[in-house]
This record gives sequence, C-alpha cells and structure tokens, in this order.
Amino acid sequence: MIPAAFAYARPTTIEEALQAIADGGDDVKVLAGGQSLIPVMRLRLAAPETVVDLTRVAELRGVCEDGDHLVIGAMTTHHDILVDPLIAAYGALIAEATETVADPAVRHRGTFGGALAHADPAGDLPAVALALDAEFVIAGPGGARRTVAAADFFVDYLTTALEDGELLVEVRVPKLGAEWGVRYEKFNRVAQAWSIVAVAAAVRHEAGRIVEARIALTNMGPTPIRAKATEAALIGVDVSLETVTAAAAQAAVGTSPSSDLNAQADYREHLAQVLTKRAVLAAAGI
Amino acid sequence: MTQITVRVDGVSYTDDVEPRTLLVHHLREQLGKVGTVVGCDTSNCGACTVHLDGQSVKSCTVLAVQADGSEVTTIEGVAEGGVLHPVQKAFHEMHGLQCGFCTPGMIMASIDLLKENPSPSELEIREGIEGNLCRCTGYQNIVRAVQQAAGEMGSHGTHTAPETTGAQA
Ligand SMILES: Cc1cc2nc3c(=O)[nH]c(=O)nc-3n(C[C@H](O)[C@H](O)[C@H](O)COP(=O)(O)OP(=O)(O)OC[C@H]3O[C@@H](n4cnc5c(N)ncnc54)[C@H](O)[C@@H]3O)c2cc1C
Ligand code: FES
Ligand code: FES
Repeated sequence: MIPAAFAYARPTTIEEALQAIADGGDDVKVLAGGQSLIPVMRLRLAAPETVVDLTRVAELRGVCEDGDHLVIGAMTTHHDILVDPLIAAYGALIAEATETVADPAVRHRGTFGGALAHADPAGDLPAVALALDAEFVIAGPGGARRTVAAADFFVDYLTTALEDGELLVEVRVPKLGAEWGVRYEKFNRVAQAWSIVAVAAAVRHEAGRIVEARIALTNMGPTPIRAKATEAALIGVDVSLETVTAAAAQAAVGTSPSSDLNAQADYREHLAQVLTKRAVLAAAGI
Repeated sequence: MTQITVRVDGVSYTDDVEPRTLLVHHLREQLGKVGTVVGCDTSNCGACTVHLDGQSVKSCTVLAVQADGSEVTTIEGVAEGGVLHPVQKAFHEMHGLQCGFCTPGMIMASIDLLKENPSPSELEIREGIEGNLCRCTGYQNIVRAVQQAAGEMGSHGTHTAPETTGAQA
C-alpha cells in the first residue's frame, strides 16, 4: 500500500527542523530512518499532514564523548552504532542489543533515536537505555533544550515524554569501563527479530562479588522496566549458579506482561526469570 | 510534486514525484526498473532490496524523495558488459532459486554482505540475509551460492573449484 498524501520538508539543521515542525500544521511526523514510520503510514495507521525528514540533518548523526558520557546523536543509524569505536569501547551493551535488531538493510536506515522515540515495548533499545540510566536531550520550539532521565522518558505503550513540536536531539549514556560486564539476552522467533522477552544486564563485580547490577526488561509491560527486586538481591552476592538463579527468580516482580500470539503473560514471566539468570551469569563472566 | 534527481544503475534521471511515492514504485513504474519486486506490505521480505549510496535498503521502506541526489543500484545494474556478477552467476550455478521471486533481493543483500565481509562463515551468511525471506528453497542452496561467490570473488576472479554438493542437475 501507499501512504496517504503529505507535505514533505527536508531540513539540514536542527533549527530548520524545529521551524518545519512548527510550520507543518496540526499533524506533523518526524521521519528518522522510516523503518517504523513508513510501514505504519503504508498501512494508513498514520496519515500525517506533514513529514519532516531528518536524514539530512548532519549534526544529529554520530557518536562522541563528553567526559564520562557517550553522546549519541538521534540520527545515528543502527549500522553506525555497530561500527563505531567509542561504542565498542564504552557501550558494549548497546552494540550487543543493536546487533539483534531486525536485519542489515533495516539497520542501514533505522536510527538509535527513532527506535527510542518509537518506544515499541518489543523494541530492544529502550530497555538498554533504561538499564544504562541514559539521559535524553530534547529540543523544543525556538530551540530550548531540556533533559529527561530514561526512567521518565518511557511513559506508556508507544508513548514517550516527547511533546508535540519537540525533537529528540541526542542521548547521553554513562560510559561503562572494564569493571563492568554486560549482556543482552533475547528470545524471539527465528523469522521475526522482535523480542518476545529480552533482558539487558550490566554488572559491576570485584573478585567474584557483585557490587552493582542494572537490569532492564524488554516487553514485560507497556514500557521497559527495571528488575528492581533482582538488582537489590544481587548486591554483595558471590556469583554462582545458585545465587544468581535465586535472585533472577524475582525478575518478573512488579511487571505487567501482555498475552498475545507469541506468548501468554505467565510464559513471559518465566522467560524473564530464565533470561535474567543467563544475562547476569554471562555479564559476571560465568 | 517534488523534483528529484537520482542516479540509477549509472544513469541519471530527473523526475517529478509525489512525496508519498515509495522508492520501489518510482523504480518500477516511472523508470521501468521492474527487476526489483515487491513481495510484502510489511517491510519484512526483502524482495525489494537495492543499494542506496552503496548500502542495502528495503526500497519499499524508503521514500523516492529521500533518494534525491543519491546513487541507486538495482539487480539490473550489477552485471557488467553482459557478464553476470559473480553472485548472480553463483545463484545460477548452485540453484540458489526456484520461483525466483526473492532472488533480486537475495542477490543485492548478498553483494552487500560480501562487501562488508568477504569470507563469511555459514552462520554469518544466514545472518547477513536474515532480512530476505525465501518461500521455496529452504535457503540451503542460497547459502551455498553465497559461499561459492565469496570463493570466486576472494580469488580475484579466478575460478576456484566450487563445492557442488547441493546442486541438482
Ligand atoms: C522488518 C523489521 C524488523 C524490525 N525488528 C526490530 C527488532 O528486532 N528490534 C527493534 O528494536 N526494532 C526492530 N525494528 C524497528 C527498527 O529498530 C526501527 O529502526 C525503529 O523502530 C525506528 O527507528 P527509525 O529511525 O526507523 O524511526 P522512524 O520510523 O523514522 O520513526 C519512528 C517514530 O519515532 C519518531 N521519531 C523518530 N526520530 C525522532 C526524533 N529525533 N525526535 C522525535 N521523534 C522522532 C517518529 O516521528 C516516529 O513516530 C524492525 C523494523 C523492521 C522494518
Ligand atoms: S517488499 Fe520490501 S520488504 Fe517486502
Ligand atoms: S525462490 Fe521462490 S521465494 Fe525464493
């Protein structure tokens, strides 16, 4: 199918993009990689009046460092992430999850910012951003900037803290050094890359003892969610199959998974526990 | 209407398009490049894969206006001077197709894979073409075709003995 007609703007700077959004009428959609928006428009589930294409806004694309943070431009593609040396050095969890997203052709177009702004509960990057305590830098009409913590960015199913007229500019992610182990553990159908459930884990450990654990779950509710009970249970624990299994048994506490064609809610709870166990053990080097 | 100029298979075309026109429809309907096909409505099948500025993309999930000023290569542009591209030749020789509907996309995805990874393992081949669905072959001979092409391209055009176990005469 073909999308409904729309007016098209192709700005080259953030300032021009914000202006194009402001001038675009009541229903404006920002187009990043288009790998979610174009399919949705083809099915006429969205029929915006104006589409503002960000692909030529060069200042939105790329990864740089700012002290102890990585700064990832919203228009950095999934493929860019996978070949970026800074991501390889300090953002291994992002790279691991990104490698599981879709397929090479989709990763050439789809963007880091688009995947986060889309906020699909089965999308892989929201849980990673939540596990890493990322910060979202948002520009509003006139160019004013505000920063939103990951915990406040994901509001509901396909809904984020982004307001009409706003643009996600970049995401700031704390660098993880060598004392951290990470793992993205995902369960999906072979012919479809979307997660049924997945677990993003980052574990800081010293001499076999866990000092800090950050664990976020994909598709265990309308938004990504931290496995807080498991995180707390892991602190100070000597890593072993028994201790990690016991802590991971609490992974689904506080979640609200849905039942759909892929899995019932209770099966998702089971998956969350099993995948959390595997992710933590792998992140802790076992 | 928006005017766009796109270089497709080495030839530059300037046309007026509606912003909502998908790149695949522009290629097929306006430029007559019907070698690239549409297999699904959900961005899943990869039959429409082309190269946009050297990278594989699903041309049903790119707007034609987004290709303005860019270089597009389709399955119709990979043979040179009437000589099949090594990947095309390998799909032919290794029976990497049955109905052939997925083949244009499979070949474009495979060329892109071999550009990034000239000697992929079997697993890397399967992952490299995971965005391309084939309903006929069971993928076995497609993987063999990509392996043969990798061997041939790796030896700079000199033909290495292909592993022919999957081919049925
Ligand atoms: C076949 C297929 C398989 C896929 N499999 C997976 C998978 O396994 N895991 C996964 O995580 N994802 C998957 N995806 C989705 C993919 O990751 C997309 O890239 C992503 O969801 C959207 O990114 P995009 O850049 O294409 O955004 P777009 O489609 O362009 O935009 C998505 C939404 O975000 C908004 N938006 C985008 N950028 C901004 C911005 N800077 N500021 C404000 N709003 C913005 C848009 O307006 C739109 O509403 C798949 C997609 C396809 C087609
Ligand atoms: S036609 Fe483009 S992915 Fe199926
Ligand atoms: S050969 Fe028929 S779909 Fe692949």
